[in-house]
Amino acid sequence: NFCEFCLSNLSLSHLATSLPLPSERDHLRPRIDLIVFMIDIKSKYSLKNVETSLAYVDASFFLGKVCFLATGVGRLNSCSVETNVICKLGETYNSPVLFCELEVRLATAQRLLRILQICAGHIPGVSALSFVSLMRNSYDY
Amino acid sequence: REKQGLRRGKRERKRRRRRLLPSGRPPQRWRRRRGPARGLTGGGSNVFFLLFSPPPPPQEIVDPQKTAFLLRKAWTLYSVTPLYRFHRARLRDYARLLSAFIAAEKQKGLAVEVGVELDIRVTVSSIAELRGSEQDQPAVLVQLSSRSRASSRSSEDKLVWSGCFCSVFGDDLSENVLEGFTCLPLFLTHGAESYTSMVGRWFQKTFDCCFRRLAISPLNLSWMVAMWAGSKLDRAASAVELVFSVPRLLQPLDISYAIHPEDAKELWDTVQKTPGEITQEEVDVFMDCLYSHFHRHFKIHLSAAKLVKVSTAVASAHCDGIVKLLHSQYFLGVLMILTELAISQIQ
Repeated sequence: NFCEFCLSNLSLSHLATSLPLPSERDHLRPRIDLIVFMIDIKSKYSLKNVETSLAYVDASFFLGKVCFLATGVGRLNSCSVETNVICKLGETYNSPVLFCELEVRLATAQRLLRILQICAGHIPGVSALSFVSLMRNSYDY
Repeated sequence: REKQGLRRGKRERKRRRRRLLPSGRPPQRWRRRRGPARGLTGGGSNVFFLLFSPPPPPQEIVDPQKTAFLLRKAWTLYSVTPLYRFHRARLRDYARLLSAFIAAEKQKGLAVEVGVELDIRVTVSSIAELRGSEQDQPAVLVQLSSRSRASSRSSEDKLVWSGCFCSVFGDDLSENVLEGFTCLPLFLTHGAESYTSMVGRWFQKTFDCCFRRLAISPLNLSWMVAMWAGSKLDRAASAVELVFSVPRLLQPLDISYAIHPEDAKELWDTVQKTPGEITQEEVDVFMDCLYSHFHRHFKIHLSAAKLVKVSTAVASAHCDGIVKLLHSQYFLGVLMILTELAISQIQ
C-alpha cells in the first residue's frame, strides 16, 4: 500500500519486483527519470534482489537517477540487513540512500516526489547530478 | 567530534569481526593494546586489537558448581545502565532492604518492619567466577525463595525467582565509566515477571539505573548460530535448528529448519578462514549456503522470512530476548556476545 500511495502521488511511476524489465513492452515504455530501489531491512532477500537487479541498470543512470530507499528502519531489533551495508551500496553506486519507516510514508513520498521533480528536470537551476552530489556530500558531515 | 568518530569506527569494526573463546578452556584474559595500523587505515592512526595474555593461574579456573545454576534454564534478557553507588560490602543489607520492599509491595499500604521474617527470603551474592577479564565486575546474583509456613524451619526454601547481573568482556563500557558507577550491563532473569518488575523497581530506585528488554535482531541471531554451530563438542550434540516466521500472512506461519550438527559444523569449517575469528562475510556465506539448500528443495526463499529463533547444542536464543545456556564449556562465550549486545543498547 505504500507503493500504491506513491503511485497515486507520482502519477507516472511504475513498479517492478526485479530487473531486467520484460522486453516485449519496450516500445511502449516511457522515459525513465528515476529508479528507486526499495530495500526492506527486515528481509535479506530484498537486498539480494536489489543487488542482482543493479547489474541491469545502464551506467548513465548512476549519474543522479538512482536512489535507494531502505524501509523498516524504525525497528532495528528486527533487522536482517546491516544499515552500513546499505550505506556502502549507496557509496558503490554513487547514489543517495533514504532511510524511512513506512508508517510515516507521507514525508517519504514527498521527498521522493521532490527528487523525481529534480531528476525529470522540472526544477529550474538544479540538475540531477548536482543534487545527488549535494546529498552525498551531506553524509560526510 | 573526532573522538566520537573514532569510537563509532571502533564499534563498527568490532561488529564486523568477533573473536571466540577457545573451546574447552577456562576463560582467557584479553589484553587491549594500541598498536600501529596494519593495512587498515595506514599512517599513524591507532587501531585496537586483542592479544591473548599468558594462561590464567590455576585458581582462576571456573568452578563449574558456582555457575551451574545458569545452565538449562530459559533466561529473559535485559540491559542495565551502570549502577550508582553499588557497594559490594553491603550485599547483606541490600538483601534485607529488598525483601522488605517486596513484602511492602505485596501488601500495599501496610507498614513493614525491616529485618523480620518474611514470606520471601532474598539472598544477594557475588559470583567472582562469572566474568570475562579482570576489568569486569564480578557478577551479582539475586535469589528469591519462598518459605513454606506449614513445614518446619529446617525445611528447604523453594527458589521462586533468580536474577543475575553480569559483564563478560564488557571492557568497552567499563573503560569509560565515571567514578562511583558499577558496570554490569547484562541482566538475566528466570521466574515470574511480577518479581522481575519488583526487583527492577528496587534497583532502579536504589542505584538510579535503567532496565530495558534486550531483543536480539535476526542479524545477531545469524551471528550466534554461525558461532555456535562451529563449536567443537565432545558428546553427541543435538540438532542445529533455525526457526523462521513468514511475514505478511493472515495466519502466522513458522518454518523450522533443522540441520544435523556435524553437517552444520562441516559447512562452517569450509566457510571460516581464520580459526578463532569470525567476520560478517563468513556469517553471510554460511547463511546463504543454508538458504540456497532450502530453496533447492522447497522453492522457498528463507532469506525473505524473519529468523526468530536459533538453537544449537551450545545455547538457544529467541529474538524476544530469551536465551538458554546449554553447555558448561561455552557459556562464557555466549554471555560475551550478550554483554556486547547489552552495551550497544545502552550506549
